[in-house]
Amino acid sequence: MNALEVRGLAFAYPDGLQALFGVNLTMRRGERVALLGPNGAGKTTLALHLNGVLEAGAGSVHVGGLELKKANLKEIRRRVAIVFQDPDDQLFMPTVREDVAFGPANLGVTGAELDARIHDALAAVGMTEHAHRPPHHLSYGQRRRVAVATVLAMQPEILVMDEPTSNLDPAAKRELAGILQSLDLTMLMVTHDMPYALELCERAVVMNRGTITADGPTHEILANEPLMRANRLELPYGFDPSFSR
Amino acid sequence: MSARVPLFTLIRRLAIEAPFLLFVIALPFLARGERIELLGLNLSVEGLWAAWNILVKATLGAATMMLLASTTPITSILRGLQKLRVPSVIVAIAGFMVRYLDVIASEMRRMKVGRQSRGYEPRVLWQARALASSAGTLFIRSYERGERVHLAMVSRGYSGTMPELAAGEASTADWFTAFLVPAVAAMTCAAAWL
Repeated sequence: MNALEVRGLAFAYPDGLQALFGVNLTMRRGERVALLGPNGAGKTTLALHLNGVLEAGAGSVHVGGLELKKANLKEIRRRVAIVFQDPDDQLFMPTVREDVAFGPANLGVTGAELDARIHDALAAVGMTEHAHRPPHHLSYGQRRRVAVATVLAMQPEILVMDEPTSNLDPAAKRELAGILQSLDLTMLMVTHDMPYALELCERAVVMNRGTITADGPTHEILANEPLMRANRLELPYGFDPSFSR
Repeated sequence: MSARVPLFTLIRRLAIEAPFLLFVIALPFLARGERIELLGLNLSVEGLWAAWNILVKATLGAATMMLLASTTPITSILRGLQKLRVPSVIVAIAGFMVRYLDVIASEMRRMKVGRQSRGYEPRVLWQARALASSAGTLFIRSYERGERVHLAMVSRGYSGTMPELAAGEASTADWFTAFLVPAVAAMTCAAAWL
């Protein structure tokens, strides 16, 4: 059974802007996939469909075999965790601990089990000692890590991250990479950071104008110059995608 | 002073009641009724009592609030409100306000820096116009942030009710300390009545 199965997904925003034109995407369990594409390609819109925050106009989403529909919404949202681009959007409770508790508490987890979940999630991102601080007193990199912890506490099957490296300094980026590699999760990572995609994801999917235009091993896609140019993608200066393989 | 709040800080913060006191000063001159001579001024007895009442109540109330605000972490105040059975919606709104005050203030600062870097450096009073137009932008931005926060909440299973905050229990010693001040006040009242 596939971890994620998206078929013929189409969506238009209420103002009439068509963002997705029949997206097909399959992810196996444990796979880490980079979702590449220029701004406005529909990457974030696709991500918001995976846990039913946006409702598709057409097509279907299956998570671990379970179809995304109203009756399954709660379970789907437990299985698919989204880490948003701005940690200030994700951390809204008075303290780090309460923020991490928010998800599991909504799932009905209480008492010792809740404490254990909070502890494990914070330990996984190395933020245990900051549990009682308010989020706005943390550095940006720390906030990003707590944002990851808030969704880990829900024990998801798929982790969807919207530009996890935006606004992070190189050291914080490296720390986050270590954390992400240590997690045993299916991962879909929306990113503009090509070296990061190559480092963390064996497979890359390219999106442009609301459809998937390429799908393959990350190093092959990054090395395919005509494909990259056709999709408004570029490698950073001096970066050689064949380097690590 | 046992709360370790510098006296000067407290007095400076108490300045917030100054506008109310202006009105209080006028009372003994304007009120009707029996009048007395005091320091060569013709004052109303009723007005003097009214002024005294307002002054004492306002100062006590303001000082209590200052002490609470400067000695108790915001999260404890929120938990306290929740324990006192303040409706959870109100506690949640207060929590969000505290959480996002910094975020919105820094957004406001960035907008100001943006104005200044493009050569907009007016005198204090003329700031008002730019401030007014920025307020609109700020409102839209905050509204959009609210929508994104809501998305993040829904993604983590939010369905209309906030989970309870973890609240610590107060010890007997805490209760004793807390009742000390009301007890002294009650005794003072009793003594005055006798």
